Order: sequence, then structure tokens, then C-alpha cells
Amino acid sequence: MAAPTIRSLRSPLGRVRGLGAAKGGTHHWWMQRVTSIALLPLTIWLVFALARMPNATWQEATGWIARPFNAVLLLAFLAAAFHHTVAGLQEIVEDYVRGEMTKMGTLLAIKGACFLLWLSATLAVLRIAI
Amino acid sequence: MSKITDAREALMVGRRSDGSLVRRPLSPHLQAYDMLQMTSALSITHRITGAIWSIGMVFLVWWLVAAAAGEASFNGAQWFFGSFIGVIGLMGLTAVAWYHTLAGMRYLYWDSGRGFDLPTSYLTGRAVLIGTAALTALTWLIMLITWI
Repeated sequence: MAAPTIRSLRSPLGRVRGLGAAKGGTHHWWMQRVTSIALLPLTIWLVFALARMPNATWQEATGWIARPFNAVLLLAFLAAAFHHTVAGLQEIVEDYVRGEMTKMGTLLAIKGACFLLWLSATLAVLRIAI
Repeated sequence: MSKITDAREALMVGRRSDGSLVRRPLSPHLQAYDMLQMTSALSITHRITGAIWSIGMVFLVWWLVAAAAGEASFNGAQWFFGSFIGVIGLMGLTAVAWYHTLAGMRYLYWDSGRGFDLPTSYLTGRAVLIGTAALTALTWLIMLITWI
């Protein structure tokens, strides 16, 4: 890494002022915690529920998804899990991807893909359950 | 002044004790950690398992969409999950899911402001590893019992 050169008489503080957001920087962090608390019981339920149907037929699987209790928890899991996934992947991209355009492009691609996956899965559950 | 391509670079200019300018490393900077330490190894494992779980989410979406699409596509998805690669993949994802869940609980405990001292960190770290092994084994035991 080449050492940066500063050809300016302005102080480092003066140069960074106005570049950051401030005022509200905790929402992303807080939502990551809120969704993780929601996902705790939902994940335990889903993992053990799926573990109990390894050789389920299509009739059994759709019958299980269609039950209101399972459908509601599945929808809740999908919403919380995709929010959590997007927030987590965003954190990784922001930490390791350099360059504003590359970073924004990667983030938009991740958010678009996750949004479409969430919509697909939600539509699938609703279509089976209703 | 050189052009700043990354907004964070404005914050990453530092000086050595001899006064020469230096570009500070990005955080989290892996080169600063000894990866054989349990604390840092578990930390990066939490991030890696979180990223891998996004693949698990794609599998779950595939399973649900296949079920909604009809019996033929559902059987295709079930065939993949029951195949050798599918079973190995699902076994790995089970361990990944349990690790990320248990390590996440450790982070929530830390968020309460407790458990930061080294003995407790190592204790909860070992608990996460043992818990991951135990819950992964339990999950696959339940699956095998249902299968047979």
C-alpha cells in the first residue's frame, strides 16, 4: 500500500467533517439484533421441523406448509431471515469491498437478489397455504 | 490532495511517530490477528457461517417454490437433497446454522455488557463449539430416526 500524500493545509478533522452521516447510525445494528432475537425460536422450530420430514412426499410437504401455524411461522422466518441476511451481507461488503461504485453495485445486486428470493418464497408459501 | 475514491480513506490517514504519513489498514484487519486464538477464530467463523447460510436460504427458497410449483418439480428438489452431494451439503448447512445461532446468542450476551473477560469468553466459546457438535448430531439423529 502506497503511503497517501496530503497536499492541503486543512486539518484532518476539517477534511472529514461533513463526509459522515451521524445523527442516526444505530438502526442497522439494532435491526440486526431484533431480527436475531426473532430468528432464535424460529430457527430452532424450522430446523427440527425440517429434520422430521426427510422423505416427505409432495402431499405431506405441502400439507405441512399449508397448516396455518406452519405457514405463519414460515412467513415470519422468511421475512426476519432475509432482513438479517441482507444486513449481514451488507456488513461484509462494506468491510471488504473497496471503491464506491463497486461497493454500491454489489450491495444493490445483493439486495435485489434477496428481495426476489424472499418474494418467491413468500408467494410459494401463500400459494400452498391459501 | 490526492483524489479520494473511498469515503473511508479520509479517516484512514495517520502519522507514524517520525511524522511520515501512513495509510491505516481497513477494519477488521485480518493481518493483525493470530488466527490460532479462539476468540478471533470464532469471530471470523461467525461471519463465514453467516455468509454460507445465505446459500442455505437459497435451498429453502428452492424447496418452497418447488413445492408450490407442483409434484414433479418438488420430487426433483427432493432428489437433489437426498443425493450424496445434497446430504453432505445439508449436513454442512446444519452445522453452519447451529454454529451461527449459538455464536449469535454469545453476541447477544455480550451486547448486554457482560462476559467480555477472557475466562468467560473462552468458556462461552467452548460452549458454542460443543453445542454446535451436539445439536448437529441431534438434528441428524432425528432425521435418521424419521428416515428409517
